[in-house]
Amino acid sequence: MLATIGKRLLTVIPTLIGVVIVTFLLTRVLPGDPAVYFAGPAATPDSIAEIRKGLGLDKPLPEQFIRYVGDLAHGNFGNSLSTGRPVATEIASRLPASAELTLLGLIVSLAIAVPLGILAAVKQGSWIDHTCRVVATAGVSLPVFFTGLLLVYAFYFQLGWAPAPLGRLDAFASAPPNITGLYLIDSLVTGQFETFRSALSQLILPVVTLAIFSLAPIARMTRASMLAVLASEFVRTARASGLDTRTVIITYAFRNAMLPVVTTLGMVFSFLLGANVLVEKVFAWPGIGSYAVEALLQSDFAPVQGFVLTMAVLYVALNLVIDILYRVIDPRVRLEG
Amino acid sequence: MTDTLNAMPPVTDNAPPAPAPAEKPERNSMLRHTRYVMSENPVTGLAFALFALIALFALIGPYIVPHDPLASDTAAALQPPTWKHWFGTDQLGRDILSRVVVATRLDFIIAITSVALVFAMGGLAGIAAGYFGGWTDRIISRLSDTIMAFPLFVLAMGIVAALGNTVTNIVIATAIINFPLYVRVARAEANVRREAGFVQAARLSGNGDARILLGHILPNIMPIMMVQISLTMGYAILNAAGLSFIGLGVKPPTPEWGIMVAEGAANIISGEWWIALFPGAALMLAVFTFNLLGDGLRDLVDPQRRT
Repeated sequence: MLATIGKRLLTVIPTLIGVVIVTFLLTRVLPGDPAVYFAGPAATPDSIAEIRKGLGLDKPLPEQFIRYVGDLAHGNFGNSLSTGRPVATEIASRLPASAELTLLGLIVSLAIAVPLGILAAVKQGSWIDHTCRVVATAGVSLPVFFTGLLLVYAFYFQLGWAPAPLGRLDAFASAPPNITGLYLIDSLVTGQFETFRSALSQLILPVVTLAIFSLAPIARMTRASMLAVLASEFVRTARASGLDTRTVIITYAFRNAMLPVVTTLGMVFSFLLGANVLVEKVFAWPGIGSYAVEALLQSDFAPVQGFVLTMAVLYVALNLVIDILYRVIDPRVRLEG
Repeated sequence: MTDTLNAMPPVTDNAPPAPAPAEKPERNSMLRHTRYVMSENPVTGLAFALFALIALFALIGPYIVPHDPLASDTAAALQPPTWKHWFGTDQLGRDILSRVVVATRLDFIIAITSVALVFAMGGLAGIAAGYFGGWTDRIISRLSDTIMAFPLFVLAMGIVAALGNTVTNIVIATAIINFPLYVRVARAEANVRREAGFVQAARLSGNGDARILLGHILPNIMPIMMVQISLTMGYAILNAAGLSFIGLGVKPPTPEWGIMVAEGAANIISGEWWIALFPGAALMLAVFTFNLLGDGLRDLVDPQRRT
């Protein structure tokens, strides 16, 4: 088992190399001269050449690449042009906000989509099945930023149930001491229930937005794979042996049906991390997505590059976790390894 | 069932082969199949109708709208829907209905060009990878894996940031992130046909690789690629609208659905719902149409995967 995981870890290396090369190429080879950006509008050719030398841009590409990799190894993502602060610190301090949002979104989505998919498969043709199909088709067509705005209109403006979509806490609450960076956990651990309530109420709408978005592929996959498993011979045998429906569905069918769903999670994460950027923009969420968007609009490249790299590394890591999870769930894969 | 069988005239088996031209039965059966799929799933018919409507708006939209989409009238700003302005007016008093209709063309063009681009790049790379195998395959697959290693929307943001903030670059970015999907489908289909009889026959008659790829394999996998195109159209529109929602590509005051939703976002909090709602709904409808259309085309082309 450990050897299998080790082997799988090794396959990550070429992927990571590819990711680093792409993020490097995005800045260096494509048109646009970073030195001109850095020098500002009042630059003379001399000062631009000076800056180019200072940044190492006059060196040949391979040398620049080695330098870039060296910087990355030291955790140096460069400095933001507009704020002057190091990108790595900024991303590290904003990452928990994005992580809290994305993970909760995924958890809520799984909590709704998996039972929905199972019920749709077990009661095929019933109203639950039709609901599942409508949700799956509508879910993939909904622009995530649009869903977010509709929810804000309904639950903030019309009903007044949700707080204004302006960040992680309302104006009166103070941030909990920084332990994990996830406000929900930090405030619970330190017993600040008022902060917990505030953080939770701010989270609900963006989390529901993300959940609606990622519901569709999970529900569709759960339904399809449950249907396939329920029609298989071992389920028929289990039924014929007189096991009750509950045991057959939960113990026999569900575990096997989960395998394709776990595989789908990789794709769901790709969508979620992208959708996260849009949701952060709608809810003024101080995560890394809104950081990158602000930088993008000011042609401030270092934060964008750091953001793309961070997201890609996170995504590669998540895929690795999903793969290992798959091996844990499926004993056949374990034996083969 | 038995009744119908008995009621049928028992001549079909003994009837002499019809002296019809060779092509005719084929076309008839295709037509019948199309009609069968349509009647089986009326939603597909609806999708084709909606698609025709969107294409029509894209084509003649600017000539039929009641107001100038760019003309502002600050006296009539932020009006809810009325008989004069069916979809209301925005912060500058511009007619939202006209802007939504005119925007169809831009969104449609962005989606079509990016899909055409990725079809040319990904489709050709994919059939080359599937046909030649070996190093061609390894390099193209590695390239496509590397793209897949990024969350796709994030990669699109990075590409637009690097190439520059223009509509053309949104098209390019959208094409690049769809590249792996096209490679995968084209590669698998070309790989299956690599040693097919008609390919071997073409090779034996002295055709070169390029001719076999473009003249024999490509036409054969076209139906499946068409399904892929339709399915990615919806995603392309969503992606482009998402990019312009965060302020990339399309510049105001150009009417485009994503940026119109962004312009209305601030007003949602103060209750002016119509500014964001109508362009958002148009966007949703367009994506929905392409997704349904893709499902419908798949039913036509690939009966085994019919849902």
